[in-house]
Amino acid sequence: MMHTSDIAIVGGGPAGLSAAIVAAEQGHRTLVIDRQTVLGGQLIKQTHRFFGSKAQHAGTRGFEIGKALAAQVSGNANTDVWLDSTVIGYYREDGILLVERPQGLATVKADRIILATGASEKALAFPNNDLPGVYGAGAVQTLMNVHGVLPGQRAVMIGAGNIGLIVGYQLIQAGVQVVAVIEAAPRVGGYWVHAAKLARAGVPIHTSSTVVEALGEESVRGVRVVKVDSAWRAIPGSEFELDCDLVCLAVGLSPLVELAVLAGCEIAYVPELGGYVPWHDQEMQTTVPGIFVAGDAGGVEEASSAMVGGELAGLAAANSLRPFAGHGERMSSAREALAALRAGPTADKVRGGFAKLAAARQGRCST
Amino acid sequence: MTDPSNSLVSRGIPAADDVRDVLPSPERLAAGPVAIIECFQQIPCDPCSAACQRGAILPFTDICDLPQVDHALCNGCSLCVVRCPGLAIFVVDVSREGDRGEVKLPYEYLPLPTKGETVTCLDRTGAALCEGVVTGVLKPRSFDRTALITVDVPKQHALEVRGIKVESRAQKEGQPA
Amino acid sequence: MRITQHPILDYPPKREVRFTFEGREITGYEGEPIAAALHAAGVRLLRETPKGRPRGLFCAIGNCSSCYVVVDGVSNVRSCVEPLRDGMVVARQIGHGTLPEAVDHDAHQ
Repeated sequence: MMHTSDIAIVGGGPAGLSAAIVAAEQGHRTLVIDRQTVLGGQLIKQTHRFFGSKAQHAGTRGFEIGKALAAQVSGNANTDVWLDSTVIGYYREDGILLVERPQGLATVKADRIILATGASEKALAFPNNDLPGVYGAGAVQTLMNVHGVLPGQRAVMIGAGNIGLIVGYQLIQAGVQVVAVIEAAPRVGGYWVHAAKLARAGVPIHTSSTVVEALGEESVRGVRVVKVDSAWRAIPGSEFELDCDLVCLAVGLSPLVELAVLAGCEIAYVPELGGYVPWHDQEMQTTVPGIFVAGDAGGVEEASSAMVGGELAGLAAANSLRPFAGHGERMSSAREALAALRAGPTADKVRGGFAKLAAARQGRCST
Repeated sequence: MTDPSNSLVSRGIPAADDVRDVLPSPERLAAGPVAIIECFQQIPCDPCSAACQRGAILPFTDICDLPQVDHALCNGCSLCVVRCPGLAIFVVDVSREGDRGEVKLPYEYLPLPTKGETVTCLDRTGAALCEGVVTGVLKPRSFDRTALITVDVPKQHALEVRGIKVESRAQKEGQPA
Repeated sequence: MRITQHPILDYPPKREVRFTFEGREITGYEGEPIAAALHAAGVRLLRETPKGRPRGLFCAIGNCSSCYVVVDGVSNVRSCVEPLRDGMVVARQIGHGTLPEAVDHDAHQ
């Protein structure tokens, strides 16, 4: 039987939930579909306090923000939530979403669709990168913070962006020794305050260094690292080994854009945003009318931006179904908040990425 | 405002020049406990200002501004210490007679130290600097799981002590760590 | 190993269940991913690729297909998202998975 909805939101993370709150508040029947067993997306495993400003819950721990957003959505009479449900297809001709649910397949027809599918972890190519014990940093977070399982005893973190630095700190909190953080660039990419917490805990951060290979037979037991020069070339004679039973790769995320591709949205390749990204306008609409994108699926940033972007997409989708008073002011205000989050020097790369995306209006990905 | 040091941007270790930019004046330091906000980067973040009940952390014009502190208004209450998402704020008291000073710092590890316990005090590099005595351990619900630890330290190290090392539970029970 | 105490998180109590892995009885929690229960029991090697490479988790969230195991005879089960149930029989997947038995078309003439 076909489920119909005014608005269907694929993904119940910070972007999807923020969109759902707005859509439901405007009186639209809203369906949130998420493949996990709980709402919240990546928020559920964030034990640290969030940055940003009060409107984005600054100072509150990520998992508490997730709970609060989820409660708002679940408690709303206009919203249906499907958990353990994966959207596995989109049929362009009929505008139908195909969903795999525990009870079998289901179909959804909605007047507006918001794709808030997030992003997935990148891997790094080096010999033995597939050994048990070489995990994505997000995977390590999931093991520790969601499942209560110790991921290892001695960890090496590859990547000093915010994810690497934050998960490094969380490893220490869980009782894991962090042997070193390895970063290829000459500076850490994440916030200096995150790096300072690790430094105070005695964790050395080796910049201008990269992993040569992982060591081990049935599971990882160490890594070989080499220093690199300003042209990213290995410096002969600078190799060193680190003993560890856990290697975390925090080397970036790629937007999950399969549904956007299936829907026929124009896709551009923008490395600064994580890879393939569906083109979208200032109101988060893709090149397919009625299909919006929000959060990391539209360009990898962070949770604060995902929340505001989700709100924008929700406002735009709701207004396009039934214009409402105050829409203009709320949209401007959300766009200003997004611009403010992207204004500082730490967002240079992301701003550059969105400029490229705007310029790539005619770009298509080759599938 | 000096350029951030290489030590800060490549190893996460603020250097003397970085710290000098945020240090209260010697007169203010001698007058009583005061907050030192070791935040050197323009990131979108402003909850410290909202946490301060005395208006000592000035309201932000732009969310990426560095925190501006009016140290004269600060009384070292430490509310900001447990609210800062970066755990970058410390309250230091070097105003007492004699050679002891006090540092209040945020702490999110286990085990918590106990009041009266002697701990190893660490500098910004994580190296052991001196010993100190824990004189306060506050972890009320309102602090949302960030404990505020007060450590009594030699006065000359109070501006450098930024962490503590607590014996693990196993060590406390006489078992191998 | 399980984390028993955490400075920020509380882990809600869950019902213990028993399952076997490669003939060894292991205790886990009902509903947690099979790979979490295995990891907690010290098992990180989940399968062997057709070329003999040892594999375990990578993304731990259902995206990457690194963690396939065989559950109750069914291949290609993503152990990082498949919920553990009492009595499951889990084995390493060696090489390619096997498809379910083919439908006998002749029988349906």
